[in-house]
Amino acid sequence: MKQSRSNSWLNGDRWLERLLRLAAAMSGCLTLLIVAFVFWQALPALRDPGVARFVSDSVWRPTDETAPQFGMTPMLVGSGLVTLGAVLLATPLALFSVIVAEFYSSRTLAWLLRRVLELLNGVPSVVFGFWGLVVLVPLINAWHPPGQSLLAGILVLTLMLIPTVALATDASLRAVPNELYRSAAALGIGRGAVVWKLAVPLARRGMVAGVLLGAARAVGETMAIVIVCGNIVQMPDSLFDPVRTITANIALEMGYATSGHRAALFATGLLLMLTSSLFVAGAGLLRRRRGRR
Amino acid sequence: MIESLSNPLLSANAQGWSLCRGGCAVMCAVLAVTFLSGCGAEPDSQAVVRDNGDIEPARGSGNLKLSGKLVLTGSSTVAPLAVEIAKRFETEHPDVRVDVQTGGSSRGIADALSGVADLGLASRALKKDEVEQGLVGHQLAIDGVSVIVNADNPLSSLTSGQVVQLFTGAITNWSELGGEDADVVIVNKAEGRATLEVFLNHFGLKNEQITADVVVGDNQHGIKTVAGNRLAIGYVSIGAAQSEADLGTPIRVLPVDGIELTTENVASGAFKITRPLLIVSKGEPTGLAAAFLDYAKSPQMHDLIRAQGFEAVTQ
Amino acid sequence: MRSQPRSAAADALTRTAGWAAVFVVLAVSGWLVGSVLGHGLQEVSWSFLTSEPLDAGRNGGIGTVLVSTALVLSVCLGIAVPLGVGAAVWLSEFARPSSRPVALIRRSLDLLASVPSIVFGLFGMVVFCQELRLGFSIAAGGLTLACMILPLVVQTTFAGLRSVPDELRLGAAALAISRSTALRHLLLPAALHGVVVGVMLGLGRAAAETAALIFTSGYVTRMPESLLDSGRTVSVHIYDLAMNVPGGEARAYASAAVLLCLLLIVNVAAAVLADRWLRHQTARVS
Repeated sequence: MKQSRSNSWLNGDRWLERLLRLAAAMSGCLTLLIVAFVFWQALPALRDPGVARFVSDSVWRPTDETAPQFGMTPMLVGSGLVTLGAVLLATPLALFSVIVAEFYSSRTLAWLLRRVLELLNGVPSVVFGFWGLVVLVPLINAWHPPGQSLLAGILVLTLMLIPTVALATDASLRAVPNELYRSAAALGIGRGAVVWKLAVPLARRGMVAGVLLGAARAVGETMAIVIVCGNIVQMPDSLFDPVRTITANIALEMGYATSGHRAALFATGLLLMLTSSLFVAGAGLLRRRRGRR
Repeated sequence: MIESLSNPLLSANAQGWSLCRGGCAVMCAVLAVTFLSGCGAEPDSQAVVRDNGDIEPARGSGNLKLSGKLVLTGSSTVAPLAVEIAKRFETEHPDVRVDVQTGGSSRGIADALSGVADLGLASRALKKDEVEQGLVGHQLAIDGVSVIVNADNPLSSLTSGQVVQLFTGAITNWSELGGEDADVVIVNKAEGRATLEVFLNHFGLKNEQITADVVVGDNQHGIKTVAGNRLAIGYVSIGAAQSEADLGTPIRVLPVDGIELTTENVASGAFKITRPLLIVSKGEPTGLAAAFLDYAKSPQMHDLIRAQGFEAVTQ
Repeated sequence: MRSQPRSAAADALTRTAGWAAVFVVLAVSGWLVGSVLGHGLQEVSWSFLTSEPLDAGRNGGIGTVLVSTALVLSVCLGIAVPLGVGAAVWLSEFARPSSRPVALIRRSLDLLASVPSIVFGLFGMVVFCQELRLGFSIAAGGLTLACMILPLVVQTTFAGLRSVPDELRLGAAALAISRSTALRHLLLPAALHGVVVGVMLGLGRAAAETAALIFTSGYVTRMPESLLDSGRTVSVHIYDLAMNVPGGEARAYASAAVLLCLLLIVNVAAAVLADRWLRHQTARVS
């Protein structure tokens, strides 16, 4: 009796595992499918102008009839700078507000903060962009024209990233079992130490996941960036210079692009994905090496 | 907060799980419905499409019983107008469904060529190679492109020469035209936009010559940019500019070479910076597509066309 | 003992920086959300919520658009949540953490998260609309969104599960509790916040998406009759009104205000339900 019961439990386990493995496999396949799709669409451009031209050409002029140019470096730099700026601003803001919600504030305020963040997460990016254009850009313009700039992009994107980073961090902080806090309190350990020596290290994985998701969103964000960044293809000299990101370029030109131009746009998208995944992999390596030490 | 984090881990209660299971069941049901309805309805919609060809090619009569589904894709400028025309067409022919999709002029042209759409929408004239591939453009309306500045800008008009000097960077400061001593902010349209092509053609410019400070996509993007920057100058669709200015958005439409930018001047041809708004078909359309096209070009549609800020064409 | 004063300083510093951050976050989001609600709510009425758009959306309401949005989101969540949570559970609880498939799947999900949404739109158009012959339809839009939010759901759930200490798993194994039982009664409740946050983040992102839907679920404002009909979602409607229709700004704000209010209701309901369930579980234990 006991034997058969544990057997059926094992069978349940096996079925569950099969089902879950199927889900994981499907998720993985889906990704491959999308990457393959982008690659397939980009293939003509990867063959004809070739990847080297994307880096070596100095300007982006894919529709020129006599000598098309495919330089995407300034746009890649634009994407990188906007992402970097937004992640650097959003991470501390998100982290500290979550710590306050979790350890220093009343339950009501924490609840309120979570709902506000969830709400912010559901604001369509066109609304962020529109708000940036109507409110932020004129402010920056009064300070240093033309207003639509790298800075405007970073600020709007920061606002968009805060919910992703904060909510993911919050979830993993809340998953740390309460007993640990109680024991710490029983040992007379101060709250600062509890936060930085206990909670943050335990929830580190969730925080890193949140920051990476945020960074990925920043890299892929399109609509808001198109509206507030000014979209000039150039290497920015200052925060007040307009820039064009790769995603903005895709959004601006895809609706009008035909054959070769279209393939080139997909190729820039592919290169963007590869660059950002290299960074993610690099961050992972660094983390692992430090962990070993 | 710490107190609220008490530990639920050792509960062996299955209620929560049954809740989860209920949720899963609902989701599975949604999935199943998606795919079943997908499989079930697929042949139908194919049949509907095939029906298009079977309709007698009687042109534009309202009393004929029309049925079937028509798909239009293309220019985001034309799409809102096409939606309104489609709605009126559907009320007159209750068995007809006209689906309008947007995505850009090139998309409309490509879809009309490939047959993904029955008709395409374009906000520019067809190019030579597109006509050679068998596309026919049917002019629905006409749109003007106007130069706009912020309402605070003291300028009252410009000559073509000044427009060229401004956009090519020969004039970089508003004081050279009698305005305040501040740098001009040039708002250009993105590569490939029909408004850009019309503007460049009219002033005999190439896009590389334009020293843009900001590049925008849609008309409203351009209008909001100029409205938020008193040093900016840009160009947008005339209907959009006028209706926004009437609503109190701080922009002003500037006459070029003394020609007032009214939709009447656009219609009469006195104002030259214009572009056609087209419905594109592969070959001459037949059946439902032909009926819709005739309906769209009929004088009954002129009020809809004007309501969207465009000017009707009178043959 | 020696660390006590330093800890007090850290405490004070954390507290100050934290409150400053909370202030900034609340102020800026309040500014944004407040301006949307302030401009938008005055236009909202019962007839706005129930009638269909007229004159390119400048008049009429958003009733049909709301129905399409609800359908697109149900298809999206109905696929992304079981798939995503299932994948996360397998990655975290069944697969060996250092094994190659885990690394591969997680790496590829990272890659997926940074794909611009417009590329998802084009992917959905080719694969779901054209290859699977769904046409411009709510089903195609929902499937496309499901692909888009999958990484979000997987990664957040995974992180939630990994934050549960291994002691619990070891304890369960020592007691010879099967994995499925341990999962049901120990791990998923502990990681519930992660799952809920993942789903809420995904829902919010899906509800906010524009670019991926213009090419898939489309632009049609008619009342959808089946999942194979094209239907415009609220965020596509907002985009069109704000960026494409002259004089559409007021209605764009109104639609955005409605979207935010609906999201608020869903989020609050989810939070209350999750809290109540956890409290219920705890009450049983103690």
